[in-house]
Amino acid sequence: MKRLSPIAITALVLVAGFALCALQFPNIASTRVVANLLTDNAFLGIVATGMTFVIISGGIDLSVGSVIGFTTVFVALAIERWGIPPYLAFAMVLGLCALFGAAMGSIIHIFDLPPFIVTLAGMFLARGVSFLLSTESIPISAPIYSTVSDFAIRLPGGGRLTAIAIAMLVVLVAGAWLLHLTRFGANVYALGGSRATTALMGIPVGSMTVRIYMLSSVLAGLAGIVFSFYTAAGYSLSAVGVELDTIAAVVIGGTLLTGGQGSVIGTFLGVLIQGMIQTYINFDGTLSSWWTKIATGVLLFAFIGLQQGLIALSRRSAAKTARAHA
Amino acid sequence: MTLRLPRRGLAQALALIVILMVDRVVSPQFFNLHLQDGRLFGSVIDVLNRGTPVALLSLGMVLVIATGGIDLSVGAVMAIAGATAASLADAHSLPVVLLAALGVGLLCGLWNGILVAVLRIQPIVATLILMVAGRGIAQLITEGRIVTFTSPDLVWLGNGAVLGLPTPVAIAIGMLLLTAAVVRGSALGLLIEATGGNARASELSGVGTRTMILAVYVWCGICAALAGVIAAADIMGADANNAGLWLELDAILAVVIGGTSLFGGRFSLVLAVAGALIIQAMNTGILLSGYPPELNLLVKAVVVLAVLLVQSPRLSDLSGIMARWRSKKP
Repeated sequence: MKRLSPIAITALVLVAGFALCALQFPNIASTRVVANLLTDNAFLGIVATGMTFVIISGGIDLSVGSVIGFTTVFVALAIERWGIPPYLAFAMVLGLCALFGAAMGSIIHIFDLPPFIVTLAGMFLARGVSFLLSTESIPISAPIYSTVSDFAIRLPGGGRLTAIAIAMLVVLVAGAWLLHLTRFGANVYALGGSRATTALMGIPVGSMTVRIYMLSSVLAGLAGIVFSFYTAAGYSLSAVGVELDTIAAVVIGGTLLTGGQGSVIGTFLGVLIQGMIQTYINFDGTLSSWWTKIATGVLLFAFIGLQQGLIALSRRSAAKTARAHA
Repeated sequence: MTLRLPRRGLAQALALIVILMVDRVVSPQFFNLHLQDGRLFGSVIDVLNRGTPVALLSLGMVLVIATGGIDLSVGAVMAIAGATAASLADAHSLPVVLLAALGVGLLCGLWNGILVAVLRIQPIVATLILMVAGRGIAQLITEGRIVTFTSPDLVWLGNGAVLGLPTPVAIAIGMLLLTAAVVRGSALGLLIEATGGNARASELSGVGTRTMILAVYVWCGICAALAGVIAAADIMGADANNAGLWLELDAILAVVIGGTSLFGGRFSLVLAVAGALIIQAMNTGILLSGYPPELNLLVKAVVVLAVLLVQSPRLSDLSGIMARWRSKKP
């Protein structure tokens, strides 16, 4: 048997899980549920794409949840209170996010500090600034918001592929292209493999680090804009804890936290697995709030355990074939 | 002028002193102490007392991080242990309650350890499972309510005094001494560091890396459970939703401020506890200064960065470069 790649295994786990869910609730297997799955997890998919780059390069970005929160507050205030046109507000917030990411990347590189802690400080900073801007939830009533949320491509079977779901798919495809088919992407893998070797090969480690964190923060900002479309409001407490969901999605998708290995497609599968766990729990609908949390943990464990078991199995059979050939 | 690389521990001591001095400026009575009913009172004692949960968490966390792992579930374990202790407190004696709560912590740690050491799941994801499910388990124990108790023994654990020190502080000092005696009094600390430095090389040279990893997660679970019991005893009740919420990040922060590398391979117990005190001295200072609470996170971010920059190996290089550049100028 040929050795299965971790991505194929993750895809297998997703399909198997989906089939099991569909057996219990036949209604899950409809374009409507699948399209909603994409819409509900659009912001997670976007932010996870950026996180994939960071983790493959051997870093981590804990600030993304707070950046999403900051973005929603800034966009809501800019449009509703300061009277800035929406598109200009989006451009401004993405610019701020780029600066923020560049600052974190520079500190990590110049002072040689662990990314975990620098981005943790970034997480406090971004959340703190959004508290400072406003502590209340600000509804957004700009016309573009209703236009965008009304827009959808109708799928056979009653599903609606919404604008924000399309945005996520576009980001994923662009991210996959950037990571797997460009020199920038190759450098990201090199950086995760070994920083010293990468520097000796003549790749500018500093500017790569800065650009990777910029990418992550800009995508987090974009996810924030998508999130503001999703909730039609800005709130400084939105997306608390999303950084951990994002990291979990990336890691379930087969990216190693030690860097050097992973893929955007895997991340997309990880996001879908997490989304499916939520969908299953919503379909069940009988669970009290604490059983929901326990069930989420159990399902997370089931998926990861299954994945880990399949990887071990395929490794063993690969070793057996190798021995048979020898 | 050239700055030399700061010796180990100097940066943390400096940071703690500077923050305490700032606290003294914002609150002139900061260093005042007075004895009342056999217990010391004052802002400094308050920093120690409030810092206890994170200090206890960091004692377990620092060993886990030394093996190259991480434990995100400590906040949830705190909630589970607190819920266990609170629901048993009024019907059972203190040793039974403590044993049950610490036993629960041990089981949680064992679960994490098995996922990481035996199933070889990446630590951050392995412990994320318990972080998500644990709070649900705690709510299951309390049936979604805030369980209160009146058992004087358990209340003493949170609010009593030993030799003038609040009980939590005495417990934390005891745990620090115990942990230090076990890991530094034997080769255990070295073996833990070896596991974190290079697991494969350690395995090949006969270190039981699997046992090491299991042991550190179990110890981390027990420390978290103890922190949870103290947090519950402090408020005379268990709040499954909020007990220990986001404290895992504070604990990791304390460990890293204490100079322990997240890649594993070396650790310092005393400096991790110093890190916890730095965080608490900062929080208390912000409270005393009377700034709007919205500023808390901003100040925290700035202080964390400042402490890290002081520790940064590159900063001493930079100051060397600056000195050379300056000496070139006429």
